[in-house]
Amino acid sequence: MSARPHQPAIEIRGLHKSFGRIEVLKGIDLDVGHGEVVCVIGPSGSGKSTLLRCVNLLEEPTAGRIRVGGVEVTDPDVDIDTVRRGIGMVFQAFNLFPHLTVLDNLTVAQRRVLRRDRTGAERIAREHLARVGLLEKEAAYPAQLSGGQQQRVAIARSLSMAPQLMLFDEPTSSLDPELVGDVLAVMRGLAEDGMTMMVVTHEMTFARDVADRVVFMDGGGIVEQGPPAEVLSRPRHERTRSFLSRVLDPSHVAGPAAEAGQLIG
Amino acid sequence: MKLRRRQRERLILLLQYAVFAAVVAAVLSAADWGRLREAFFRTDIIASMFPRVIVVALRNTVVYTVAAFAFGLILGTVLALMRLSRVAPYRWVATAYIELFRGLPALLVLFLVGYGIPIAFPDREIPGGVIGQVAIGLGLTAAAYMAETIRAGIQAVPKGQMEAARTLGMSYLTAMRTIIIPQAFRIVIPPLTNELILLTKDSSLAYLLGVTAQTIEITKMGRDTLNDMVNATPLLVAGLTYLLITLPLSQVVRRLELRYAKAR
Ligand SMILES: Nc1ncnc2c1ncn2[C@@H]1O[C@H](COP(=O)(O)OP(=O)(O)O)[C@@H](O)[C@H]1O
Ligand SMILES: [Mg+2]
Repeated sequence: MSARPHQPAIEIRGLHKSFGRIEVLKGIDLDVGHGEVVCVIGPSGSGKSTLLRCVNLLEEPTAGRIRVGGVEVTDPDVDIDTVRRGIGMVFQAFNLFPHLTVLDNLTVAQRRVLRRDRTGAERIAREHLARVGLLEKEAAYPAQLSGGQQQRVAIARSLSMAPQLMLFDEPTSSLDPELVGDVLAVMRGLAEDGMTMMVVTHEMTFARDVADRVVFMDGGGIVEQGPPAEVLSRPRHERTRSFLSRVLDPSHVAGPAAEAGQLIG
Repeated sequence: MKLRRRQRERLILLLQYAVFAAVVAAVLSAADWGRLREAFFRTDIIASMFPRVIVVALRNTVVYTVAAFAFGLILGTVLALMRLSRVAPYRWVATAYIELFRGLPALLVLFLVGYGIPIAFPDREIPGGVIGQVAIGLGLTAAAYMAETIRAGIQAVPKGQMEAARTLGMSYLTAMRTIIIPQAFRIVIPPLTNELILLTKDSSLAYLLGVTAQTIEITKMGRDTLNDMVNATPLLVAGLTYLLITLPLSQVVRRLELRYAKAR
């Protein structure tokens, strides 16, 4: 995948996705630029995961086109394994390989897919383990790690494949609150290093501080998008306002939307 | 007399033990020990069976079992993957195979392999002689059972594992081989052990193929010696020899399970 600067890193046009009769994505158009960090927010069931999973073809779009780094992933003739190599993905449930040590989790795909030799793969793995602060855990099995540590290993595993962009699907949603910070810190570091990132998250502070753009989805479509200061502090749409008020002040189910903006801003 | 529940339970348990012990004692004392020993425990016959019962019969039983298990495991894994395939004809073929071979007695299949294949292909021979014939003859049936076990094991691996593997650029088959199947096998170790123990005993069917002094296994040796000596002692020896295989096997598996528990 050659990344020409005038082409966006991700280009989504007219994306529809149905499961059976239920249409989950109802026409999504979205560009993500190189080095851009886009946070996708929205209520549960609005199609955020499905959107992300269409980008690396874990779900097959019903209609529409998606280009990643100029390569059309929705082309039926494309080699999907080659495309996926360039797209890292981090899951809510970590999905580390439980039968492999941390080090092997990071080297297995490097060796099987990229055909790197063991020494080279382990060197790269250790670089990324060091980056997420878990070098001393290389011999551990995933079950011996905390959730936060597992998620950082999962990020390091993706990075070991040298992806051009990273997709995060609620990476901190299944973590105990005190473990969220370490994972977000790693993601923040990645963003600062210029990684192209699409992040589905409910961490509004992260979105405000790190995102270049926030996309609010509801009911299978993009309702509004823009710089975090605008979308989070001065949302134009009522649906955005009511969502933000629910996220920011969960105990007040129908709190005044305007307050939500002030809280964030 | 009013008993508390704890006491009552203990009393009932004691009573059960007492009855059980009484029955065992009655049976043991009624048995004719002298004749039993004469029929089942003639030390001279036991001595005469060694060392052949170990170095030949036990060895052959193990070889037959391992060969049939290996063949069944490979075929069973392929069938399991076919059952899970997105290609419908693969699923149909695998399902038909599994239904067919689970319905046939192992003895019949072994017989068909041992005598049918040489008739169907007169110029060809199953490689490995009796070992090859037993491997295929028993493995074909074992594969049908193992396929269902392995399929269940594969399905028990969380979906996210395949997704994570594919996301890292692995092909479906690479992901299956390096990520899914290794985890599935940890899950199915107990039922596969059962299959291995069943095969150990089914290997006694090898006599159907006409085994020689070199290819004899435990049961056949027990029966031959029984006929020669007109005495049942060889059966006792044969039974104990099987336990030499199956008891350590259970131990090994328990260890394996403990070791894998860490990596789960
Ligand atoms: N594999 C699937 N089969 C059927 N329905 C699905 C599937 N995946 C998601 N959905 C449905 O699609 C809708 C959007 O799901 P999702 O993209 O996971 O939303 P979000 O991530 O925003 O919570 C939900 O109603 C969900 O039930
Ligand atoms: Mg989701």
